[in-house]
Amino acid sequence: MKILVCISHVPDTTSKINFTDGDTKFDTTGVQFVINPNDEFGLTRAMWFKEKQGAQVTVVNVGGPETEPTLRKALAIGADQAIRVNTQAKDGYQVAKEIANVVKDGAFDIVIAGRESIDYNGGMVPGMIAALTNANFVTNCINLEVDGTNATAMREIDGGKETVATSLPLVIGGQKGLVEESDLRIPNMRGIMMARKKPLSVVEPINAAAETNSVKFEKPAPKGAVTLVAPDNLDELINLLHNEAKAI
Amino acid sequence: MSVLVYTESEQGKFKKTAFEVASYAKAVADQMGTTVTAITVNAGDSSELGNYGVDKVLNVNNSDLDKFNANAYASAITQAAQQEGAKVVVLSSSADSKYLAPIVAIGLDAGYASNVVEAPSSTSPFTVKRTAFTNKAFNMTTIDTDTKVVGVSQNSFGLVESNGTVSSEDFSPSIPSISVTVQSVDKATDKVSIADAEVVVSGGRGLKGPENWGMVEELAEVLGAATACSKPVSDLGWRPHSEHVGQTGKPVASNLYIAIGISGAIQHLAGINASKIKVVINTDPEAPFFKAADYGVVGDAFEVVPTLIEKLKAFKAQNA
Repeated sequence: MKILVCISHVPDTTSKINFTDGDTKFDTTGVQFVINPNDEFGLTRAMWFKEKQGAQVTVVNVGGPETEPTLRKALAIGADQAIRVNTQAKDGYQVAKEIANVVKDGAFDIVIAGRESIDYNGGMVPGMIAALTNANFVTNCINLEVDGTNATAMREIDGGKETVATSLPLVIGGQKGLVEESDLRIPNMRGIMMARKKPLSVVEPINAAAETNSVKFEKPAPKGAVTLVAPDNLDELINLLHNEAKAI
Repeated sequence: MSVLVYTESEQGKFKKTAFEVASYAKAVADQMGTTVTAITVNAGDSSELGNYGVDKVLNVNNSDLDKFNANAYASAITQAAQQEGAKVVVLSSSADSKYLAPIVAIGLDAGYASNVVEAPSSTSPFTVKRTAFTNKAFNMTTIDTDTKVVGVSQNSFGLVESNGTVSSEDFSPSIPSISVTVQSVDKATDKVSIADAEVVVSGGRGLKGPENWGMVEELAEVLGAATACSKPVSDLGWRPHSEHVGQTGKPVASNLYIAIGISGAIQHLAGINASKIKVVINTDPEAPFFKAADYGVVGDAFEVVPTLIEKLKAFKAQNA
């Protein structure tokens, strides 16, 4: 079983979000980059398939050399090899096209990508890879079992979950639930040392064109001060919610 | 070249988001000087869509589509867009619509923008405002392809009523063979889901243990709300992770969000920021949530919440 895990290189969840160049670019000053959390749940599930079912795990990122430490971290967690498609990611479509090309070249059985990245929140890369490679597709995936070429997956739906049966090749949009938070692995020294020797190949892009273009960023308007209500005056809270906020 | 909108239904009834995306499609169609066509799947009576600006409805009635299937639904929508010559396809942000949107986009060679919160600021270039960085910022994005797919963020555009009549037609797209089959659905039918909820009541670690969730559920019941929780609560296993809201959990875009015993970590606030009115109940006046909330009560949840429940019951009885 060959698994490809797509790794997006994103600002840490605690990062302050600021913009530069006339609000057209994300300000990376002082920002620590990490594996996109939704991708990390998928990577950790892939490690489980490696250990229990002998899967071979490759990680891929579409980005410049600055994303290599994030790929090395994925290798330190236990992936066997890494691929960096050497181009700046402009939109989800371009990323999906580049990864679909890697998928075709590598004949992967399963592709796992986070259901969305926590920076652009596009939520399109896994679905587009599936459509471009004619693979089966399950997103918001919270459980995945594979038996031969058959797979059973669970997907979160609005207000519940559903279990689906499908087959390989399969693309998964992963999230928390695929593994639990407590299953996530912090690379140990041995893993970090081994990661230095694992292959990280840089491949040239097919130069897929983006279909959308980020023009400008805006920060939400600053919030007005909170209106405090005394705990012994909850009638006032109900009054405010009803008459002022019109929320009840 | 109409605007096509997929209006979702459940058990023969339109979801509220269906009327919101129809309203959005109408705004786009007005800007482009064209009409709105809706596509429904096993929806029953679709005349209600006329109240939100839809001119024509394509009704798909097919028992093979009783259970949602992303590929099959995407294929039906793609064929409808091709038949209508639609240049813009509008979808909601439900779990199902987000599942099928990228497939529709590839099928139509269309660029896709998700989480869109406003009508386009311009249709040439086609420019939309969407949330990014999990609600910590907005991103103005152009869609540069001939056909565009727009995913509208829930509760962002609202419902806009308009008087109109709607014509409806049966539509029978060819359905691809289904290779992802639903085996079972586990959905609480007596509870409001976080995605559909107008009001969400959420509990954090301040509630001390899962045995204390009775009052959260009771408050939710009084308000017709969904229940949710913070990340530590789901990590501790006090509540199922389907209730976890925040940056790595579910996003919340309700009209009212009530946080009980949640301090307001940056990741939590990011996930719930799209809610219109936020109320926090917490013993610690320094909790960061007070900076993000509209209304706050500094007090012990174990005293405040039961009192609030009683007072809300009285209020509801009076205003029923």
